[in-house]
Amino acid sequence: MGIQGMELFAIGVVIILFVAVLKQFGILEPMSLEDSSDSDLELSTVRHQPEGLEQLQAQTKFTKKELQSLYRGFKNECPSGLVDEETFKTIYSQFFPQGDATTYAHFLFNAFDLDRNGSIRFEDFVIGLSVLLRGSVTEKLNWAFNLYDINKDGYITKEEMLLIMKSIYDMMGRYTYPSVRDEAPSEHVEKFFQKMDRNRDGVVTIEEFIETCQKDENIMNSMQLFENVI
Amino acid sequence: MAAGVAAWLPFARAAAIGWMPVANLPMPVAPTNKNKHQDELIILNVSGRRFQTWRNTLDRYPDTLLGSSEKEFFFNEETREYFFDRDPDVFRSILNFYRTGKLHYPRYECISAYDEELAFFGIIPEIISDCCYEEYKDRKRENTERLMDDLEDNKDSKLPNMTFRETMWRAFENPHTSTMALVFYYVTGFFIAISVITNVVETVPCGSTPNQRDIPCGERYTEAFFCMDTACVMIFTVEYLMRLFAAPSRYRFMRSVMSIIDVVAILPYYIGLVMTNNEDVSGAFVTLRVFRVFRIFKFSRHSQGLRILGYTLKSCASELGFLLFSLTMAIIIFATVMFYAEKGSSSSKFTSIPASFWYTIVTMTTLGYGDMVPKTIAGKIFGSICSLSGVLVIALPVPVIVSNFSRIYHQNQRADKRRAQKVQKARLARMRISKSGSSTAFLHSKRNGLNQSLELTLPYYKMKLSPQGSLEEDQQMKKTTSLLESQHHHLLHCLEKTTNHEFVDERLYEQGYLQTALQNFPSRSPSLSSEEGITGTCCSRRTKKNMQPLSATHTHSHTHNLQELSALHIQCGEQQPLNTSRSSLNLMSDESGSLNCKSSGLVTTAIISIPTPPSNNSRASPDAPPPPNPDAPPLPNPGTDVVKISAL
Repeated sequence: MGIQGMELFAIGVVIILFVAVLKQFGILEPMSLEDSSDSDLELSTVRHQPEGLEQLQAQTKFTKKELQSLYRGFKNECPSGLVDEETFKTIYSQFFPQGDATTYAHFLFNAFDLDRNGSIRFEDFVIGLSVLLRGSVTEKLNWAFNLYDINKDGYITKEEMLLIMKSIYDMMGRYTYPSVRDEAPSEHVEKFFQKMDRNRDGVVTIEEFIETCQKDENIMNSMQLFENVI
Repeated sequence: MAAGVAAWLPFARAAAIGWMPVANLPMPVAPTNKNKHQDELIILNVSGRRFQTWRNTLDRYPDTLLGSSEKEFFFNEETREYFFDRDPDVFRSILNFYRTGKLHYPRYECISAYDEELAFFGIIPEIISDCCYEEYKDRKRENTERLMDDLEDNKDSKLPNMTFRETMWRAFENPHTSTMALVFYYVTGFFIAISVITNVVETVPCGSTPNQRDIPCGERYTEAFFCMDTACVMIFTVEYLMRLFAAPSRYRFMRSVMSIIDVVAILPYYIGLVMTNNEDVSGAFVTLRVFRVFRIFKFSRHSQGLRILGYTLKSCASELGFLLFSLTMAIIIFATVMFYAEKGSSSSKFTSIPASFWYTIVTMTTLGYGDMVPKTIAGKIFGSICSLSGVLVIALPVPVIVSNFSRIYHQNQRADKRRAQKVQKARLARMRISKSGSSTAFLHSKRNGLNQSLELTLPYYKMKLSPQGSLEEDQQMKKTTSLLESQHHHLLHCLEKTTNHEFVDERLYEQGYLQTALQNFPSRSPSLSSEEGITGTCCSRRTKKNMQPLSATHTHSHTHNLQELSALHIQCGEQQPLNTSRSSLNLMSDESGSLNCKSSGLVTTAIISIPTPPSNNSRASPDAPPPPNPDAPPLPNPGTDVVKISAL
């Protein structure tokens, strides 16, 4: 009957309001509150202090002043002393405003994060930079190989190379001349493999890589390009 | 490039080695760092507070002052630091911008001071970061509004040369400008009140005669009310026509709200005149009479508060709209619910949903007439929920409207306060002092120091004519008239000489102009005590005497000749006076020079006797030879007919 239904409905509404009021008073509190506060707590207590200046000097080829300057810049961006992947991607993307640098930054991050714990400490950062800027050509080539070898198994497969190439082309963005065609990365990978893969087994090993690069004059010249960056 | 992450650029470049093995083409040559010095600290000395930072930090933004070579202009060789004579507090924010890449706006800082500093250091305000940008924009808007108010105030003190139409319009808009305007203002106000009261009283039942029931006064004294109505409407019509005539843009005036109200207020009368006592039309005519109540809105010209209220409502249109919308939603919801809840009960007043609207509205606004009440339990429950929610829904947008009203009201109060004469005068005086300190000093040095509000000391002429002054006085003069001032005065004087005109104070110019406008008739002002000295020869400069200015700091009276420089401009001929200045008119007859007027007809005096201080013991000592005054105003060239004599 109409009356019956309406009264039931009215009582239902009253109960709902009652529950809402109780919730306000915190009696029927949901459990979600603790989690959020805890997770907040977690992040802020994590902080990392780098090793002393002398140790770093021993491990890398930088002078004291250079290390100081590097640390200042590092700490400015990451006050906690650790760079996580997101921050790393943000920083790196700021240098390439036109394209999407996040994928390549991801690979870079993995290349720097030597102990694969998800964050780069200052030591990792500085050691990586030391190799890149002050290392021998072989060391640099080693580093580059490490970068391309995504799963760090010692071989560069075509798929890995394709991913790397795509990420590099992504950084270019859409507005290029001539426009980046979809096949460009794979063509580039083909060219690379033709050059590097001596025994045509579909993968590039470290020896093949270093050997080919040492024979290529352009590559050898470009390796010396960033000597005086710091 | 994101300069904030400039520190990571070396890293990004190093990481580019990862591209080398796959590169298609050879790499370009890297730019070499010519000044390969180690990163060094530079010291920025801002008004004594030393800031230090790395040179590289500043180089991040090369298009600002600190990032470019422009800062070399501020380099101090001896101390090897960059010295800026600016505000150190604001500089903090600016330097932080270089360090962090984000520009913040501190709340306690004055907006215009901050803007100036930003402009000095070459930073555009648009890069203020999001956290502070809104605050900055709000303050900027407030400031520009205030400046607009200022401009309007200044415009009020309008110059002469207004046509009759413009004068009338100004009188209408601002009743304080002249007595006529004030009279008009009060008369119209009075008649509006009369008209409204008449309308009200018309409907009151007055005095029932024994053979009839109570009839309203309107029908009893028809002629009286008709006369009253006619008189009011005549006044309103005349007022409207006068406003229409005086309006600078008639089209815009006719579209404005006030004019529409005027028209609507007087139209019923005319329509009533036109319409005959036709039965079917008179119904509509009665309806039209309702519009007579609009006359009360004419009061909004007279009341500031009413105008503010109207303006507030207009500016809160969105909040009002939201209020209306939410109320409508709630009304419909609750009316439906109540209708269905009460459907079952017998003899229920809730016959339909629209009928329930009335109940809902009355309940939500907590009126509760009681003509419709729910009888079922469900109805009562929902009725109570309805009244509770009504209170909430109505209370929510009200504070927004109130705060808007308060802001606008206070703005108006500020404008009114500033419009008050006293404040305006003092403020103008202050502005004049602060903005043109040296020019007032210059002018002050040219006329006598009788101006009480500007208590500047010491005409600079005194310095020039030191031979007669006492030694200490001269020293005092020298103390207060700096080299800077005297050089500036000399410059102004050169300009005067060049153009053959003289500087005067703008206030005096206005006063003088008004005076001459009023006194433009061929008469000789009796206050000119040097009249007897007006002879036919060309004007010669009389001896100027220093006069002691009225400053409080100089209470000691000197008997030395203080020179008073005040010029009396006499207008010869029909020319408008070019400039006028004030004179103290206690002219000494023995000092009177001669005055030549080319056309001997008109001598109009420009000004006014200002009460000279009784302690004017600055009688020129007769033995003071008239010193050759290089700064004397030039002899008038024949071109201008303005002749100046200095008055003593």
